[in-house]
Amino acid sequence: MLKRIRESKAAQGTLLALPTTFWLFFLLIIPLFLTLVISFGKRSPDGDVIYGFSLDNYTRLFGYSTDCPDGQASCFNPLYVQILWRSLTLAFNTTALVIGMAYPLAYFIARAHPKKRNLFLFLVLIPLWTNFVIRVYAWMMLLRKEGAINIIIGALANMLHIPFTPFEMLYTPGAVLVGMVYEFLPFMILPIYTSLEKIDISLYEAAADLGANAVKTFLRVTLPLSMPGVVAGTILVFIPVMGTFIVSDILGGRQVILVGNLIQRQFLDARDPTFGSAASLILMIMTLVVTYFYTRKFGFGEEIVPA
Amino acid sequence: MNPFRRSPFVIVAAVLVYFFLYAPIVGLVLYSFNASRANVTFEGFIPAFSDRVVMDGSLVKSSPCGPFHWYCDLAKNGDVAEAAGNTLTIAFTATIIATVIGTMSAIALQRYDFKIKPFSQLSLYIPIVIPEIVMGIGVLTLFSQLFGWVNEVFNLSGDARLSLGMATVTVSHIAFMVPFVTLVVQARLQGFDKSYEEAAMDLGANEWTTFRRVTFPMILPGVMSGALLAFTLSLDDFVITFFTNGPGSTTLPIYVYGLLRRIITPQVNALSTVWILVVFTAVLALQIIQNRESKQHS
Repeated sequence: MLKRIRESKAAQGTLLALPTTFWLFFLLIIPLFLTLVISFGKRSPDGDVIYGFSLDNYTRLFGYSTDCPDGQASCFNPLYVQILWRSLTLAFNTTALVIGMAYPLAYFIARAHPKKRNLFLFLVLIPLWTNFVIRVYAWMMLLRKEGAINIIIGALANMLHIPFTPFEMLYTPGAVLVGMVYEFLPFMILPIYTSLEKIDISLYEAAADLGANAVKTFLRVTLPLSMPGVVAGTILVFIPVMGTFIVSDILGGRQVILVGNLIQRQFLDARDPTFGSAASLILMIMTLVVTYFYTRKFGFGEEIVPA
Repeated sequence: MNPFRRSPFVIVAAVLVYFFLYAPIVGLVLYSFNASRANVTFEGFIPAFSDRVVMDGSLVKSSPCGPFHWYCDLAKNGDVAEAAGNTLTIAFTATIIATVIGTMSAIALQRYDFKIKPFSQLSLYIPIVIPEIVMGIGVLTLFSQLFGWVNEVFNLSGDARLSLGMATVTVSHIAFMVPFVTLVVQARLQGFDKSYEEAAMDLGANEWTTFRRVTFPMILPGVMSGALLAFTLSLDDFVITFFTNGPGSTTLPIYVYGLLRRIITPQVNALSTVWILVVFTAVLALQIIQNRESKQHS
């Protein structure tokens, strides 16, 4: 046995990769499979799972309801479809805003003097590695009625003698959007920077020699060459935004319920893991479909591995 | 054309984005010195006049720690100490295991051909393309079904019953950390000049000696940055921990989340500030290692 391992390269490779592969199989693939199995099951009155094959959880998710107001046997309940749609549009809006904010900054860092680049990058890494929960909390403090934003605007209004009533910003869809943008902005800056930094400077010289102005150089040289970074950043932003529940929990209160909140509540409060499993599979399929079409159009960004 | 030339638009936009990134953090730190207990408005700094803490309504009039009142308060908080201990225990254990097995699989994937290689390589991308919550509830389901079954079959009762705790959190953390370690070390191995190893072999070193004396020292910076990345991922994790922790395994992010849903005092800000300082140090260390590595490269 030992001799065979010593002689066979394939056996050595398998042995080296085995712990990781086993670990990922046991803790990623089996759980996904279990989620699939359970999503077809039913909930027992005390919250346990009754295995079986029923599509009830999925039909319920897409609006089929037997709990109708006017005594009908079945009707359409848009609640869960609305939640899915809200999550999807929020993820698109967040990604678009994040690209808009991250691109200029990444460009700024990539064009900075090489000696200063590390400092500018370091300034992006600090918020990135500040805990996720702490970052939501920071916005909670800024946005609330007595928070810093209202205090500053109030002081300005006072100086200009304008009557001011504090804005109600916390627990609104806008608050959730701002929180999401803040949470995921660094994940877009880093990959865009990586692909911008790789661009050969002589390409700019060539563009200038050929008579292209700054705008044309940007549109025809810089932007196309930085697309791998934008794609990688989009994957790193869009997918987690779809599934995050803390931001909407803390900044959206009961007003903004996303699919993440729906799933979390099924597992902890409502105690219906079968419905929660169906919802999380739909979430997974939605993110995979969007990612698939997006990467098929723009290619899979190789900048995906973080710094 | 000067490659370092930037238009004013880019500079203004960059300054605004930096402001957006840092304003919340500055606010957070500032409020950790707040005299107001309720932490609703900023009521000024806490003076240090007497050795007795005086709370006047919702205001802390004076404290032996002065402006650092909430930090002293934090130091006395046993729950925070326990959560910090749990967080570090989990992060250290998970990092060691993830780094060892992640490096092993990076070497396997980069240097060997074997049957399950495509599967091993592909499984590394799962945590990147699947929302964390899906992984979280999946692992929770696995543990609850498995533990329920084991407890029933072996008729376990009381303390012997398997339940969620430190072990489940650590094991789950390893699962999402390993891919990052493997991918980072793999990248390092890709830019590796094989002639050094061949030279060692020519000089009579066997495979193990070559690995120990040549290969490992050369990939060590990659292994170190992989390990540091894994460590920070573990410290930072909320979602996976949220679904896999049980009584006695509360980590700091879970603890802070719990506080946010109840009463908030400037103690949370003090905790956040300390946390940011720790992160600052860790990121600085990571940068220094990577800088040294890139200097060696060039």
